[in-house]
Amino acid sequence: MKKNGLKILTASLMALFLILGGMTFAEGQKEAPAAGKAAAPSLEVELTNEQPTGTLEIFSWWAGDEAPALNALIKVFEKNYPEVEVKNATVTGGSGVNAKAVLKTRMLGGDPPESFQVHAGQELIGTWVAANRMLDLTPLFEEQGWMDVFPEDLINLIGTENGIWSVPVNIHRSNVMWYVPENLDKWGVEVPETLDEFLEAAKKLEAKGVTPLSLATTWTVNHLWESTALGVLGADDYEALWNGDLSWDDPKVVEVWSVFDEVLSYTNNDAASLSWQQATDLVVQGDAAFNVMGDWAAGYMMTTLGLEADEEFGWTASPGTNGNFMFLADSFGYPKGSKNPAATLAWLKTCGSKEGSDAFNPLKGSISARTDSDLSKYNTYAQSAAKDFQSDRIVGSLAHGVVANEGFMNDFSTVMEMFLNSRNPQQAANACQAIAIQNGLYK
Amino acid sequence: MNSINEKQKNTLFAVLTVLPSVILIGIFIYGFIGNTIYLSFTDWGEGAGLTENVSKNFVGLKNYRELFSGFIHGRFRQDLVNTVYYSFFLLGGTLLFGLFFAILLDRSLKYESVFRTIFLYPMALSFIVTGTIWRWLLAPKGGFNLIPTIFGLPKSDFLWTSSRASILNFNWQILPRYIFAIAALVLLIPMVKSFYQRKTSLKKQISLSVSFGVSLLFALFLYKIFPPLLPYEEMHGFNLATIGICIAAIWQYSGYTMALYLAGLRGLSESIRESARLDGCNELQYYIKIAIPNLKPITLSAVIILAHISLKLFDLIFAMAGADNANTGHPSINMYLTTFRANNFALGASIAVILFIIAALFIIPYMIHTHKGREA
Repeated sequence: MKKNGLKILTASLMALFLILGGMTFAEGQKEAPAAGKAAAPSLEVELTNEQPTGTLEIFSWWAGDEAPALNALIKVFEKNYPEVEVKNATVTGGSGVNAKAVLKTRMLGGDPPESFQVHAGQELIGTWVAANRMLDLTPLFEEQGWMDVFPEDLINLIGTENGIWSVPVNIHRSNVMWYVPENLDKWGVEVPETLDEFLEAAKKLEAKGVTPLSLATTWTVNHLWESTALGVLGADDYEALWNGDLSWDDPKVVEVWSVFDEVLSYTNNDAASLSWQQATDLVVQGDAAFNVMGDWAAGYMMTTLGLEADEEFGWTASPGTNGNFMFLADSFGYPKGSKNPAATLAWLKTCGSKEGSDAFNPLKGSISARTDSDLSKYNTYAQSAAKDFQSDRIVGSLAHGVVANEGFMNDFSTVMEMFLNSRNPQQAANACQAIAIQNGLYK
Repeated sequence: MNSINEKQKNTLFAVLTVLPSVILIGIFIYGFIGNTIYLSFTDWGEGAGLTENVSKNFVGLKNYRELFSGFIHGRFRQDLVNTVYYSFFLLGGTLLFGLFFAILLDRSLKYESVFRTIFLYPMALSFIVTGTIWRWLLAPKGGFNLIPTIFGLPKSDFLWTSSRASILNFNWQILPRYIFAIAALVLLIPMVKSFYQRKTSLKKQISLSVSFGVSLLFALFLYKIFPPLLPYEEMHGFNLATIGICIAAIWQYSGYTMALYLAGLRGLSESIRESARLDGCNELQYYIKIAIPNLKPITLSAVIILAHISLKLFDLIFAMAGADNANTGHPSINMYLTTFRANNFALGASIAVILFIIAALFIIPYMIHTHKGREA
């Protein structure tokens, strides 16, 4: 009897805690809004000329190869604002996979860093601006004259109708196709400009036993998809896709998937187990002819492999995207509740300044978002990219967070895996339509 | 009087000692489980999930319905199928290899302790280390695929974790039929037994035959009454990509089952072996007919301990195949991505709850079993 009583007691205690646990949190979350609303500061950033002091914590995922660039930027900041002590908080992991998760817990816990690195565009807007946790930087942009030095397309893509949300420190180009000129001559293939030319060349290469296009793990497949989509749709329809003006199950989008299917048939079959560097290696070693990758590949080939740009490797816009510059950018934003507003402001000014971005970008292997940067400091590849950046139509990247929110990006990876298994264009288009609705792309 | 006071004091002291851990466990384990279950019934994460004044509406079982029958959650369903195969191969593989190594070592080998250490050593590594080693070994252009070249054969071109092939495909739409057909098969044996054994009560006979009959009826006819799980065909099967993960997991844990079995074999008294031998039993017969049946309790505890490891393969798969490789997917990885990358907290909570229930399916029978054992 006694034993049974104990059992019942334990069971009821467990149940009590389960229910209480569920309820307390549910209650707590209801109470929070009242307090939050009352204290909500104005949306726009307040400009001050106060000399900043105290500490400034900047949160990023730039460690390892990318650390020297960040340190150069910090050095510029320290020179201009010697009173401020900079705390460099990095969480390692490519494209910030781990850093983003840490940032989420810190923001939710009410301990935001003074400024944090984030991919400019919807990745920031969909997660933090929609959550009303960022300040509008429009006054800062106007004060610093950035409205004129940053391209207008760029400002549109990193802002919403309610404001501009982050200061881009660098620009990378996503739609670049890499090759080794010498090898192409050997195989008797011209650099293709359109998708049709590419498919023709691919057929020829395959007959010679060369992998026409090298590919790596899933995110590089998404990366290839966005370049293909831009090539098939053209810039107007590509943008319409993200504005919600072009439906995801439109025949044009189905066509993108069919062309993509064809492009995929010319790639290496062990892609899923390769890193992007290994895919680049395939081109350099002459096992593959082309590789579509962002321009960090230039940095890899020049710095790590020690190749000469424009001689030992060459590049062109990915097939069908000539005249378009698909960009992605790292940027810094101003989270609400920064403990040191003056220092945050000073940091953002440094990020957007000519001095800051020309110190940072040559080391990072990217170009400045400013159209007036000092090109002599940059390498051969970056000079050509900077020239294109000034003249080309600028569109945003999907795989790197410019045009779609994190929810859509994650689901898109799932759809991509589904497509890689089924190779069914209509099904993929339908699935995209479903995730676009679910993630609020049509608004 | 005095003795009662003493007793009360003791009880009070005992309660006070236990209380802090009861409260802490209550809050940090049961409280959070409760909170996760609550969240899985809300829509937190649709729209802006990270606002200060977040809105969470109660949506009932919507998230679960989405997971099992939603158009874009095919990956989750494949993850569940993968989990079944992971559990099956991990258990089968570790038990077989563990037993095999234990029997080898049981035969008083020279340098036994050296071999014991070698077999047990992988256990000491973390899954991340194991995963990294095996990712290199299973790289399509090197490692295992080069083995045939030693014998002058062409190198193998199996893609291991990046393979997209799958076998034993079935249609998710008719999954309930399969489940009921299996249930009918499983019920058939005790039912037939109960009719042959006079001892079983009539009540038990009836309940067994009724559940058998219902399962069979459903599998054969009744499914037509209910709508299919999905409005379209969706094939799921055994992904060949998971073989590589299974090999790594078996490599890591078979040493552990070896240690368990070896202890069990050593626990059998030498006189049993002697008398078996006197009755004209050879070594093979000894192991098959006498030792293995006697190791049943060890097998049971090994199954319980290992079964939940197949639910914790997150780090191994993450290191070997990456998070986005859906072919080697696992619900735990899906949960992480859904929650922390896609910011869909409620859906992530639902996946976590489903994982929790599966884990409970393994653990609760074990708890009942040990409890019974203690009371007896």
